[in-house]
Amino acid sequence: MNIAPDGLCVEKVHIWRGDRHVLRGVSLDAHPGELMHVSGPNGTGKTTLLRVVSGLLRPEKGSVAWRGRPIGATATEYQCALAYASHEPALKSDLTALENLRFSVGLKRRVTAAELRSSLERTGVANCADLPARVLSAGQRRRVAMARVLAYRADLWLLDEPFTNLDGSGSSLLSVLLAEHVGQGGVALVVAHHDLNVAVQTRRLELQ
Amino acid sequence: MRVGVWEAFFLVLRRELALSFRRPDQLLQPLVFFLIVTTLFPLGLSVQLSLLRDMAPGVLWVAALLSSLLSLDALFKSDADDGTLEQLALSGQGLTVIVMAKTLAHWLVSGAALVLVSPIVGTALAIPESAFGTMLLSLSLGTLTLSWLGAIGAGLTVGLKRGNVLLSLIVLPLAMPLLIFGAGATDRAISGTSAAGALYLLAALCVLTCTLAPFAATAALRISLE
Repeated sequence: MNIAPDGLCVEKVHIWRGDRHVLRGVSLDAHPGELMHVSGPNGTGKTTLLRVVSGLLRPEKGSVAWRGRPIGATATEYQCALAYASHEPALKSDLTALENLRFSVGLKRRVTAAELRSSLERTGVANCADLPARVLSAGQRRRVAMARVLAYRADLWLLDEPFTNLDGSGSSLLSVLLAEHVGQGGVALVVAHHDLNVAVQTRRLELQ
Repeated sequence: MRVGVWEAFFLVLRRELALSFRRPDQLLQPLVFFLIVTTLFPLGLSVQLSLLRDMAPGVLWVAALLSSLLSLDALFKSDADDGTLEQLALSGQGLTVIVMAKTLAHWLVSGAALVLVSPIVGTALAIPESAFGTMLLSLSLGTLTLSWLGAIGAGLTVGLKRGNVLLSLIVLPLAMPLLIFGAGATDRAISGTSAAGALYLLAALCVLTCTLAPFAATAALRISLE
């Protein structure tokens, strides 16, 4: 049995979608200071695995534990320690980038506008703070979503294809942010179909 | 620092109201629908005021139910489509609090707005002014109850591509008691008899849905999220 008392431990998770057995006993553990890269061909359940780890989807068999405790038993605590970025940027197009961040980050922790602006500045979209999300490009929206992950100040990052739509500088920036997060003792689970170029200890899980 | 339940509730409420007021066209559509449908009846019927007055409660309530339904479909669907529902579900706040804030916001911009314009409709349908108080109270209770019933339906149908028809099929049968007691209360007020009994029943239904529906809607939404 894998035990990761400080980190994330996924054990023998099974998920069926109708007759399709999507996840067949997937196990992984990620300790603080580790980046876990989940890869594999399309349709092998990478996003499903991320949703299971986030707690959005309950595994039909198997378990997910964070810091030694099952995530179902400590849902509120776990969600506060978690930053999930789906492959959608999850922004309301009628709200400005700053409002989007305020309404989502504000539910997890008390946050000031200055903090949110500095997150946006870190991801290179400070100039978009007061623009409605609908006028932003796909890459800018992705950067705003990344600013939200930063502003959550969470220990565990769950990122689904975070490099999509990012230009060269955006991809390098994301690699730096990932390295910083993991370097500070955070855990990151990244679903990406290509190789990650992050200067930290990276473990790879290939789903078949 | 963790965010309290009430703080989260008001934050989501503010978010929903901000989103509604950024899209005034969507805000006005159910109201205009309500006004147009109720105006069509006097035009289509004979000009006998007594006939119109007899039909007024039914017309008023059916139009109110249908126009409330128009905006229910978007209650959770727009958040589900752009991925923000997942962020809300993982916000560290109970999903029930978020559902409660969203449903209350829905009622404020659809139900409460509808109650505010109902005196205009009441006048068009020849409802005497003496019955306006009962009409406003019964519509307030009825639309709030309907928003809660609708939240359950919207939670169940959020994952479906064309869920709005199914949503109506789920919600309208549940709304029948509202129609019966709501129209009954207005009818009694028009005829000058006491509407207390029907209003008490509406209030009871409202309390029942306000206390139980948030949990049912949350459960429905969780199933759809999976």
